[in-house]
Amino acid sequence: MSTTEAWEIPSRGRMAMLGLIVTESAFFAIFVVAYLFYIGKSLSGPTPRDVLEPPIGGSIALLSSSITVALAVRALRGGRVRAFRAWWLTTLALGLAFLIGTAREWERLIARGVTIRTNLFGTTYYALVGLHAAHVTIGLILISLVLAFALRGYVAAPEAERTELLSWYWHFVDGVWVVVFTTVYVIGR
Amino acid sequence: MSTIEHDAVIERPESEVSGLGRLHELVTTVDHKRLGLMYIGSALLFFVVAGLQAAVIRLQLAVPNAGIVPPQVFNRLMTVHGTSMVFLFGMPILTGFFNYLVPLMIGARDLAFPRLNAFGFWLWLFGSCLLYYSYVGGEGLYGAGSAPDVGWFAYAPLTERPFSPGNGTDYWILCILLTSVGSTATAINLIASIVGMRCPGMTLRKMPVLVWLALIWSSMILVALSPLSAAQVMLLLDRFLGAHFFDTQAGGSAVLWQHFFWIFGHPEVYILVIPGFAFASEIIPVFSRKVIFGYEVMVAATCAIGFISVSVWAHHMFSVGMTPAGNVFFATSTMLVGVPTGIKIFNWLATIWGGKLRFRTPMLFCLGFLFQFLIAGLTGIMLAVVPFDWQLTDTYFVVAHFHYVLIGGLAFTIFGAIYYWFPKATGRMLSETLGLWHFWLFLIGFHLTFDTLHFAGMLGMPRRIYTYQPGRGLEAYNLVASIGVLFQAAGVLVLVINVIRSLRSGAPAGDDPWDAWTLEWSTSSPPPEYNFATVPVVQSRRPLWDAKHPEDPDWRYE
Repeated sequence: MSTTEAWEIPSRGRMAMLGLIVTESAFFAIFVVAYLFYIGKSLSGPTPRDVLEPPIGGSIALLSSSITVALAVRALRGGRVRAFRAWWLTTLALGLAFLIGTAREWERLIARGVTIRTNLFGTTYYALVGLHAAHVTIGLILISLVLAFALRGYVAAPEAERTELLSWYWHFVDGVWVVVFTTVYVIGR
Repeated sequence: MSTIEHDAVIERPESEVSGLGRLHELVTTVDHKRLGLMYIGSALLFFVVAGLQAAVIRLQLAVPNAGIVPPQVFNRLMTVHGTSMVFLFGMPILTGFFNYLVPLMIGARDLAFPRLNAFGFWLWLFGSCLLYYSYVGGEGLYGAGSAPDVGWFAYAPLTERPFSPGNGTDYWILCILLTSVGSTATAINLIASIVGMRCPGMTLRKMPVLVWLALIWSSMILVALSPLSAAQVMLLLDRFLGAHFFDTQAGGSAVLWQHFFWIFGHPEVYILVIPGFAFASEIIPVFSRKVIFGYEVMVAATCAIGFISVSVWAHHMFSVGMTPAGNVFFATSTMLVGVPTGIKIFNWLATIWGGKLRFRTPMLFCLGFLFQFLIAGLTGIMLAVVPFDWQLTDTYFVVAHFHYVLIGGLAFTIFGAIYYWFPKATGRMLSETLGLWHFWLFLIGFHLTFDTLHFAGMLGMPRRIYTYQPGRGLEAYNLVASIGVLFQAAGVLVLVINVIRSLRSGAPAGDDPWDAWTLEWSTSSPPPEYNFATVPVVQSRRPLWDAKHPEDPDWRYE
């Protein structure tokens, strides 16, 4: 029968990553809803306006890492392994810069006495931003793993699809940051 | 030209391994069939344990002021019973069936990610053990507490540290977190397999109904389980880091927990019962000797249930005091979900209508399911009426309603599925005589217990009480309900005997004992590790019908 030749179905890897992103989105949605629900409901200070500064630099770093990771995947698909390594390393550096920014912000807040116990703002702030930072960390670990493999020469054009799937996760983490940023630093402040 | 090849030629060498070697095989296996059976086997163990807990609960409630168990123990029993039945029996046994059946039905050699599958199983198994470990480890460093006693939906702020000292609640949280992650892993795996591993010719519209329902089921798990995990993480932050999500004294909201829990909780009801629909949709056509009536409508109705079911959650919360608009919205959406469910019932009836019925055990259980699920749906519509719900919420009427769904609906189809696919998984038939005993004992027991509890509830008996006063007209109902447990337990005992006897000396089943039509019956029983020697090619929804009736194949009409 002729169906055998023409039989093409979607890639299982893509479906799985899509599924992971859907379920993670639902997970984040609940934390965002909790944040929005508790805005202005803290029984004591400090309020977000007192202590929060929008992390512009870190946000720019994280969002531009979406571009560099896309460039890395494109380079790998074209077989340009050296360019891939360079863009991949840049992505790692930008992600790290974002994390360092978050760490500095937390350090400053804790020094001013805002912890997860302080009030509802502290509770929801550390939970939501921390959840996102945890996802960035996981992404950076995966990116470092791929980098280690790449430096030992194990990553070439045939791995383009897998690295692209990892880049989907990274784009998702960046997209979530847009939502978190809007929730915490625009609506919540 | 036959598109289905038999695999009988290739024999697997008889493995002669020691007990330890066999354990090693179980621990390291990534075979979807073995993992499926491991899921089903462990889930049935938890079913027996949680069933015994229910028996103790009914024993305590059989007569007023019975002193079988003290109130604290009673609260732990009902919490662990509910949690076990949902997360340790319902979810995993359905995961097990889908694990076993989906690759066979789509003509694949395994799921898309076999190692992820094994990971999900072990995560689930050890997560489940945490719940029972709480009986010994719940005291924690506080010298207080045992197993969790907060009820299966664990309303805040009862779950906060001051009200639930000890670690019982923490084990409950961790158990649910881990088992949910395991279920999510399986759901992602199933979606990737169904979309990306179908055999040549199996377009979406030629998939068996069970595979379609497995796809919808998995998608619902993705959106319904992660809100629960998120809420559990918040509760952990509250309990361990002093956060205030559900801490009402610091401005936290107890109602928010209810919303988060039921955003998971109501889709979960459909996540539990949709596999039941899937089993019935495979069994009823085969034993009616007809194709399923309205294949497309059947799938579309299930999709509709999936969508509507994520917008009905707050009908569990009418008595909380929501706005009238909220009440109207959730009452309407709840009634709306009855429409696609009704469509499915009519489709099953139309499948039976005019068929050449064979009343074998799997079919009997499915017929019981049809009748009981209808009643469960009708009491559900009653509870969707807000003033009716205000009167009867948190009474035994609600308890009877959801046990009608989960036992009368789901458990009956699971029993049917066990009788139907047991020959495929083991190569041996279950005894039909013992099957009849199982069916009638369980049916009588089920109705004795849960029909009467509706009336106890309408008379005002609240749920979750460990005893009640005499002279309020509740004695007779409770006694009859408790007697019903004996019949149900006897029924399950007959099933256990049946399984053990068949494994030892059951009649050989052959590849296709029911003269069925889906791909799993085209390979040997039990199937070889690789499922199919040659990847099958299908042309219609009933590939085995085509192979058996080359003169009148289905694909001419589809």
